[in-house]
Amino acid sequence: MKVSQLSVFIENKSGRLADVTRTLADNSINIRALSIADTIDYGLLRLIVNDPLRAKSALNEEGFTVALTEVLAIEVPDKPGGLARIIDIVAEGGFNIEYMYAFVGTSGENAIVIFRIEKIDEAIPILQDKGVRILTGEEIHSL
Amino acid sequence: MHYWNREAECVDRDELRKLQSERLVTTIRHSYENVPAYKHKFDKIGLKPDDIKGIEDLVKIPFTVKTDFRDNYPFGMFAVPMDRIVRIHASSGTTGKSTVVGYTSGDVETWAELMARTLGAGGTTKGDIVQNAYGYGLFTGGLGAHYGAERIGASVIPISGGNTKRQLQIMEDFHSTVLCCTPSYALMLGESARDAQVNMKKSSLRVAFLGAEPWTENMRREIESALCVDALDIYGLSEVMGPGVSYECMEKGGLHINEDHFIAEIINPDTGEVLPPGSHGELVFTSLTKEALPLLRYRTRDITYIDDSPCGCGRSFARMHRVMGRSDDMLIIRGVNVFPSQIESVLIETEGTEPHYLIVVDRAPGKMDEMEVWVEVSPELVSDAVRTLESLERRIAHELHSVLGISVKVKLVEPKTIARSEGKAKRVIDRRELNNES
Repeated sequence: MKVSQLSVFIENKSGRLADVTRTLADNSINIRALSIADTIDYGLLRLIVNDPLRAKSALNEEGFTVALTEVLAIEVPDKPGGLARIIDIVAEGGFNIEYMYAFVGTSGENAIVIFRIEKIDEAIPILQDKGVRILTGEEIHSL
Repeated sequence: MHYWNREAECVDRDELRKLQSERLVTTIRHSYENVPAYKHKFDKIGLKPDDIKGIEDLVKIPFTVKTDFRDNYPFGMFAVPMDRIVRIHASSGTTGKSTVVGYTSGDVETWAELMARTLGAGGTTKGDIVQNAYGYGLFTGGLGAHYGAERIGASVIPISGGNTKRQLQIMEDFHSTVLCCTPSYALMLGESARDAQVNMKKSSLRVAFLGAEPWTENMRREIESALCVDALDIYGLSEVMGPGVSYECMEKGGLHINEDHFIAEIINPDTGEVLPPGSHGELVFTSLTKEALPLLRYRTRDITYIDDSPCGCGRSFARMHRVMGRSDDMLIIRGVNVFPSQIESVLIETEGTEPHYLIVVDRAPGKMDEMEVWVEVSPELVSDAVRTLESLERRIAHELHSVLGISVKVKLVEPKTIARSEGKAKRVIDRRELNNES
């Protein structure tokens, strides 16, 4: 149910993001989704890729520090209120959302949103009970 | 010419040497009989107190080093019972334990006398109003300058460091004539005065006594023009006494060493060999009158040279050049001694591993020293959440502040950012350009 996300620590200096994307390109790794959180001195590049383990080792070899985190890829109906309903369910369950970002591709008619939720293992059954579809890693990587 | 104690400061050098010899013999006996650490050092090489008959025998005495204070923490270097100690100060040690020093009432008297000479050399009299912006506390700067100014009979404002706005207000309202603080703080006061459009030419301030950190001739010029004062260098370290070990006169050509109370030597820091006058090397002090904490050939780690040619002011004391560097890795940040080893131990304790780090010290024009500690993020440290990293930065900064006593900016950097050379990383980048003059 869970998807592996890469978080790459990048200092705020020119060319570093390019180093990451070039490394991934050279290793034929496809980026499925990404977001950047930034501070004054550094940023965290979060990536969903088609092959997280290979991507991590390629980036490690280039000297990057990479953390792997489990996140949820959730199907969101592409219509008004679609995202609101899912966030309501998460909130009612008492789970905090650390951050979230949209996926580049779609799953049929639906959008995909990446959620980083506290207590992820407790959240999964509650979401599924409410009929929320959570995509597996395989599904995401083969999209 | 201004003197506080002309007789002592202009003593005939032959008489001075005789006085030094007599006092050295007394100090050696006092140290040997009352400080087991000294007795042990003497016994180990078969040296007897009677073997020291005068200053010519000084070279036979083993060196004392900073770690002797750590090994005998807190009071083991004291030569008198605690009921004779009236004051305790402390400064940074290389790791963990601080360097603790004690004073008898006689020592406090001597210190006041030597600081009176220091302030007197810049023309301070009982008519002056002394704004003492050295920090009061365990640091010797505040109380050292305070007692010296009181000895002269001047009016002392014990304002301590910080709160620049109030410093300028009090300077103006109280008509302060004398300023005591660190040179970087003097620069900052100058900058703030300019920003607040205070006309320093109309200010009563006349002279500034600046010490506790390294500075340069360029800084002197800047301070003198920004504050419209004569800026004089003062030198001391708490192990030897505190400020007032040596002091500049209005000739501004080096710091006169109070040689009736201390013997200064210059040694080769690698071999310990004593170097002839004029050579650059490490400064070593032997105390001649201290009761609570006699100090035998203490290695200061400060690099300088001694000029024993006569000075235009008429004082007979030899002059040391302003401190030109260190023979160890100690940094002085805003008057506080910082050892890279202290930072390393904080990082080890914070994370359970030894992260790679770099200390970057900078001083923007007109600003105080800034210290950044760059810490490489290891795979164990990196997280997907910014707030985890930010809280890590805050935690390290908080720990460093509590250990070092100064605030530090912590910056996380990518692995391998910090250059490795021959297996040993360069730990310090000092951009203050303090050592570019000789």
